[in-house]
Amino acid sequence: MILKTKLFGHVYEFKSVREVMAKANEEKSGDKLAGIAAETAEERVAAKVVLSHLTLNDLRNNPAVPYEEDEVTRIIQDDINETIFNQFKGMTVSEFREWLLSEKTTTAMIRHASRGLTSECVAGVCKLMSNLDLIYAAKKMRVQAHCNTTIGVDGTFSSRLQPNHTTDDPKGIIASVMEGLSVGCGDAVIGINPVDDSVESVARLLKMLDEFKNKWEIPTQCSVLAHITTQVEAAEKFGAPLDMVFQSIAGSQKGNEAFGVTAQMIQDGRDMVLSRGTSTGPNVNYFETGQGSELSSEAHNGWDQVTMEARCYGLARHFQPFLVNTVVGFIGPEYLYDAKQVTRAGLEDHFMGKLTGISMGCDACYTNHMKADQNDIENLATLLVAAGCNYVMGVPQGDDCMLMYQCTGFHEAAALREIFGLRPIKEFDAWMEKMGFSENGKLTPKAGDASVFLRK
Amino acid sequence: MNEKDLRTIIEQVLAEMNAGGSAPAAACCAAPAGEASQVEEGCIPDITEIDIRTQYLVEEPENGEEYAELKFNAPCRLGIGKAGARYKTLPQLEFRAAHSAAQDAVFNDVDEEFVKAQGLFIVQTQCDCKDTYLTRPDLGRKLSAEAVATLKEKCKKNPTVQIYVADGLSSASVAANIPDLLPALLQGLQSFKIDVGTPFFVKYGRVGVMDEISELTGADVTCTLIGERPGLITAESMSAYIAYKATVGMPEARRTVVSNIHRAGTIPAEAGAHIAEIIKIMLEKKASGTDLKL
Repeated sequence: MILKTKLFGHVYEFKSVREVMAKANEEKSGDKLAGIAAETAEERVAAKVVLSHLTLNDLRNNPAVPYEEDEVTRIIQDDINETIFNQFKGMTVSEFREWLLSEKTTTAMIRHASRGLTSECVAGVCKLMSNLDLIYAAKKMRVQAHCNTTIGVDGTFSSRLQPNHTTDDPKGIIASVMEGLSVGCGDAVIGINPVDDSVESVARLLKMLDEFKNKWEIPTQCSVLAHITTQVEAAEKFGAPLDMVFQSIAGSQKGNEAFGVTAQMIQDGRDMVLSRGTSTGPNVNYFETGQGSELSSEAHNGWDQVTMEARCYGLARHFQPFLVNTVVGFIGPEYLYDAKQVTRAGLEDHFMGKLTGISMGCDACYTNHMKADQNDIENLATLLVAAGCNYVMGVPQGDDCMLMYQCTGFHEAAALREIFGLRPIKEFDAWMEKMGFSENGKLTPKAGDASVFLRK
Repeated sequence: MNEKDLRTIIEQVLAEMNAGGSAPAAACCAAPAGEASQVEEGCIPDITEIDIRTQYLVEEPENGEEYAELKFNAPCRLGIGKAGARYKTLPQLEFRAAHSAAQDAVFNDVDEEFVKAQGLFIVQTQCDCKDTYLTRPDLGRKLSAEAVATLKEKCKKNPTVQIYVADGLSSASVAANIPDLLPALLQGLQSFKIDVGTPFFVKYGRVGVMDEISELTGADVTCTLIGERPGLITAESMSAYIAYKATVGMPEARRTVVSNIHRAGTIPAEAGAHIAEIIKIMLEKKASGTDLKL
């Protein structure tokens, strides 16, 4: 491999694949904070040129954290199908990019290739893609998964109903669930971020959601996003119904230690739901990720945030999850400075997740100390649907009163479905029609009236 | 003002507008088709005074009373109806208003005249501007060389308690809370006969800068009153971070936090008295954060 090039006659020489990968990234405040970003616009392009000549073999041979030191690296490397890898290992990143974009390359061919790609390969090709490339290539890929219903079917677009509440008040949460459902939100999952993450409280919330879901015969799945061991304990101690288990993950073992989680805990959670949970499966894991979390726990090992994010997906793939979403603007402006960087990161993450072979969604969001607003997040959501994203979030009018950030609102999924000619998951679509909330995929005048659920 | 009052006012305004519209157009030029517009007296009601818990905009709900009662339990934007698959105009504007307050609180600096009027002098961290502050949390945890010199010169050495104010992520929080919070806190400490150092203001300050300040002043307890990252419910929330003998590099778990200080949360005067009590206990127990059971 060659780590040197000339641009405008000026020589750029990089010391390592790590340096090439960091400097080839589009500009991100997080890479600057880490002190690893390209110093000039020209150096950024020089790194992209060098990267374009590296082979997938070079990228596989340079994992972000050594195999011996890191269980995430071990899982990613050991999950590779060597036969498939051998078919692709001689390709340069440039050739691989063009292969992905080629009219001859089909959805099935990319899914096949996925099994031979490490996360560094996935991140590498992402860095050579423009935003429209990321949309164009991602649109080709479809990843389906089944819990109680099937997500990711062509022609569908889903959303998570996120009825968070500042005090976990059951009445307040249910009011939110009702309104979200009434505009077609919640076919991916109804998932609460709890304030009180005690086992008792998590069990209570799980039972409440399950009862509501059963009473109204809603074809969906539920989750309470506490620590994975808390969810498992809630099921074991209090018989809490688990359709799936949630966990935040990072792209290195050290990063996962900061979340208090190991691969074994995730495996145990998965086994537990498969043997004693309430869902059909076989996909019963839900993961959240986000660029920058490894740096914030000093667990990035000197690598850039795009590569570390790709490694989250490599780890997630091992557990064949039902849902994975990047929480793309949550971490703050020191990692993603403004709307431009959040948009780029959202498209990168979605593309990388799909190329890894997981059911990918996105929490398109921003905090109030970021230079972004609701228009920016609506733009990103629209681009993601164009890219064939499986799901986005839905909170009351985009304002999450508990997590104190803004993301997509209840109404966004419905609007985007109408614009792009998409439908919710089939059974959920039929349920909405039965309830009178939609007709032929369009909201009815009755939609938005949550009081329907208070019928006596 | 409740929703009903607001509706009544809007109806009145609309009625007046229609009445005005029938007046003859100015003669000077060809009026565009339709009715002429005139500037009129009056003021459109303040949409930020609407209580989102009682606002209910769904047209012809099936069980409206029951849902209005239920949604009162959620401090969220519920019962907002729809326009097609989009939002109605009023809630859309309410949301934008709330976000504008949050953005102004983050991106505007605290008024220096206001700070001085509170009896505080100003020092700065190593951040040279707001942009650096937002993207380099590490620099917001370190004092500038000038700040170190100023604190050495102006601050009382080895006080029992060192109090200071920092902008953090909300200038609006400083303006809204400090005039009541700081005097209440100082008064509380005085009533316990606890010795207090010279208070000041840190511009572009993160929570962690308190560790360097603690080492510099030699205080037993250091307490920072700092603006929280704004949400859409309020942009004025403030927190107090308090630590016993804070040192640079100590675990975060050694800080005790009193959060949610604002007019709709723990009101500033009350919070001041509460913080004074916590400091008193901290001095007795010689511990803070998770080491201190309150």
